[in-house]
Amino acid sequence: MTEKGARTMPKTEYVIEPGKQEIISTTILDAPRELVFKAYTDPKLFAQWWGPRRYEVKIDKFDSRRGGEWRVVHRGADGSEFAFRGVNHDVVAPERICATFEYEGAPGHVALQTATFEPLGNKTRLVAHQVFQSVMDRDGMVASGMQEGADESMDRLAELLETMKSGK
Amino acid sequence: MATDHLSVTFAALADPTRRAILARLAQGEASVTELAKPFDLSLPGVSKHLKVLQRAGLIRQSRNAQWRPCRLDGTRLKDAADWVGDYRRFWDESFERLDDVLQDLIQEEKKNDREGS
Repeated sequence: MTEKGARTMPKTEYVIEPGKQEIISTTILDAPRELVFKAYTDPKLFAQWWGPRRYEVKIDKFDSRRGGEWRVVHRGADGSEFAFRGVNHDVVAPERICATFEYEGAPGHVALQTATFEPLGNKTRLVAHQVFQSVMDRDGMVASGMQEGADESMDRLAELLETMKSGK
Repeated sequence: MATDHLSVTFAALADPTRRAILARLAQGEASVTELAKPFDLSLPGVSKHLKVLQRAGLIRQSRNAQWRPCRLDGTRLKDAADWVGDYRRFWDESFERLDDVLQDLIQEEKKNDREGS
């Protein structure tokens, strides 16, 4: 599928239930959790992976200590900028980072996000949990800050329904 | 507000019977009687669900044919699917890149180990 050869790309599962304030994603990464933690807390590394490839990542603030501030800006090819900021509430190496998250395009709508790194032998299960202040915040933030071209396929519908099955 | 109809869509989707009805309609149009069958629901019961789906713009009911078939209206669903899709694209791509960074780190550590010993 990709030119990466034998390596399989991580497959992420999302739970996005209608009418709820949270989003939970789970990914298995082929690396020990100490490294995953490092990729989350070292600004040089973080800038290499956070967000879609087409954005240039500018790290404005990145204090990975408890109480430390972070601010990251995505810049598109057309010069448009999307800035995100927050405070690291808890940073527990190498298991957990809990931080606030705010898209500056929608000031005052603050989410709490917790990334948990669980060891799986030489791999890591990364659980990212985002809780928003309201259902509307959850639904609106993504629509405003993370826009991208749409495609028409009906497969997406099936996927959507699949995602929502767990909603019961 | 732009998020408004998303909220209505998501509220309509927040019910397993209604999601199953949509999944059935994704395969093609069906009459109310046909839709009621697999769910062990009364016709009024199914009509209630259909009304919610219709108000959310997720389905349409034909007025022409005598059996008034229901069919899917993909527009609103597409908005909801796009919304989920945008979020997923953001993170799918991030995690792919994270994986690349991690593989580089692993290689680097191996190299350092070799040089250190």
